[in-house]
Amino acid sequence: MSSSEIITAKNLTKIYGNITAVDGISFSIFRGECYGFLGPNGAGKTTTIKMVHCFSPLTSGELVVGGMNVNKDQRKIKEIIGVVPQEENLDPDLSVFKNLTVYARYFNAPRKEAEKRAVELLDFIHLKDRMNSRIKDISGGMKKRLLIARSLMNNPKVLILDEPTTGLDPQARHLIWQRLRLLKKAGMTMILTTHYMEEASQLCDRVAIMDRGKILLEGEPKKLVADEIGTEVIEMRLDDENQDAELLMANLEQFKKFKFTYERVGDTIYIFSNNGRELLHSIVDIKHTHLLHRPATLEDLFLKLTGRGLRE
Amino acid sequence: MYLFGMGIGIGGYLQAIEGVSYIEFIAPGIIMVPAMYSASFECTFGSFTRMTEQKTYDGILATPLSVGDLVMGEILWGATKSLISGSIMLFIIYLAGLMKSSILMVIPLLILVFLIGFLFASLAMIATALSPSYDFFNYFFTLILTPMFFFSGIFFPLSNFPAWVKIVSNLMPLTHAVNISRYFLSNVNYSHILSSTLVLIACTIIFSFLGVSLIKKRIIK
Repeated sequence: MSSSEIITAKNLTKIYGNITAVDGISFSIFRGECYGFLGPNGAGKTTTIKMVHCFSPLTSGELVVGGMNVNKDQRKIKEIIGVVPQEENLDPDLSVFKNLTVYARYFNAPRKEAEKRAVELLDFIHLKDRMNSRIKDISGGMKKRLLIARSLMNNPKVLILDEPTTGLDPQARHLIWQRLRLLKKAGMTMILTTHYMEEASQLCDRVAIMDRGKILLEGEPKKLVADEIGTEVIEMRLDDENQDAELLMANLEQFKKFKFTYERVGDTIYIFSNNGRELLHSIVDIKHTHLLHRPATLEDLFLKLTGRGLRE
Repeated sequence: MYLFGMGIGIGGYLQAIEGVSYIEFIAPGIIMVPAMYSASFECTFGSFTRMTEQKTYDGILATPLSVGDLVMGEILWGATKSLISGSIMLFIIYLAGLMKSSILMVIPLLILVFLIGFLFASLAMIATALSPSYDFFNYFFTLILTPMFFFSGIFFPLSNFPAWVKIVSNLMPLTHAVNISRYFLSNVNYSHILSSTLVLIACTIIFSFLGVSLIKKRIIK
């Protein structure tokens, strides 16, 4: 393992009963990077990070965090990790401020130091004026920010964020992204799970796209998108699903020289290409009502890899 | 409430039991009642809420603490609550002039109250680990705690009952606590003081280990 690797997993596997939640994945996370696990519900993202922060024991495989084995040095590993859980688990009996200081006690931090750090962190997440509020009186976005502050109380080397902005309004989301980017600039290693592709593009240096317990693809978000589906997308929205899509697609074949791929999903034909502008000029002549030309995103790649069927 | 309700209300109709007035008879056992119930409530409804609704355990387990630390913390808090309510009860009994022994006996009595709190907090953690929902605690209270409340010799001596009732009663930890309490509070002769204490300690150790391992089994997946 190289010295810049902070987390290394080899053939990591987790089986619950007869369900294989994580199916022999291997990955490395480097110091100071933000690494994202993307995937639909049930892909195994949360299970993977639960093994990293020593909550779930491994079924098999090897997992080293900060040079320590998760099967042996759980206390020491947990000392260097901060966790922002998917579901809010603040203590409703305590104030905003007390939630931080009591939590610091679990890390055996001296009281004075913890109080000082709590004030700094409340300032960092813009919650200083609510420090004496009860948990039930603050909004969902504030709770999430407080969870981030709490996860930083022990000065962690690795910050684990399980869907940090799910269910938040855009303002709250952007504020959290800003704060997380600041942390990253300060050198924090971050592991993120999300199913918001925008979030992954905003924050992650590298992503692993997971589905059904396996990593399908890993790399830099922009490069992955460019390599796998091209830089641009043209969406052709059909008037209704009964419009002759077959004929449309047959028409597309004549522009083959532009090198593109396409996919029909319900009322839309998605055309992926590196040369969307010229292609667009050619296909405006085809009869249809709505055309949308836009840059390709991680979401296109994600849907292409994991399919468009609903996950329930 | 129990003390004066039962002691004066029912005691008024009764003759002296084992040579003392009814209120004096029940006082030693009555100290054990809040000790048993405080810990039991805290570590069933309280702990279950923290474990499920509030997800406090998930938060705590993300810190260097282990499940063992966490459950022992819950049990100690339950026992502390017992100590508080037991102390209040003991103080009332003292004020009512029902303490027949030396004031120094307060020390072993409070240790006993804490031990009983520890024991029932551990038992309650087992119930919490096994409980699918809050309804389960109704069974725990009516099937486990209520029989102890009535048949541990707090309110009536068991000498008039058939032998099997006495055997069952002696299997209940609370019976041993009541006997020890009677010895320290009312100077009632009790020859099994050591063995009863050992029974309580053994139960506490077994229940707390079982509590830790069952909670671990439930939340670590």
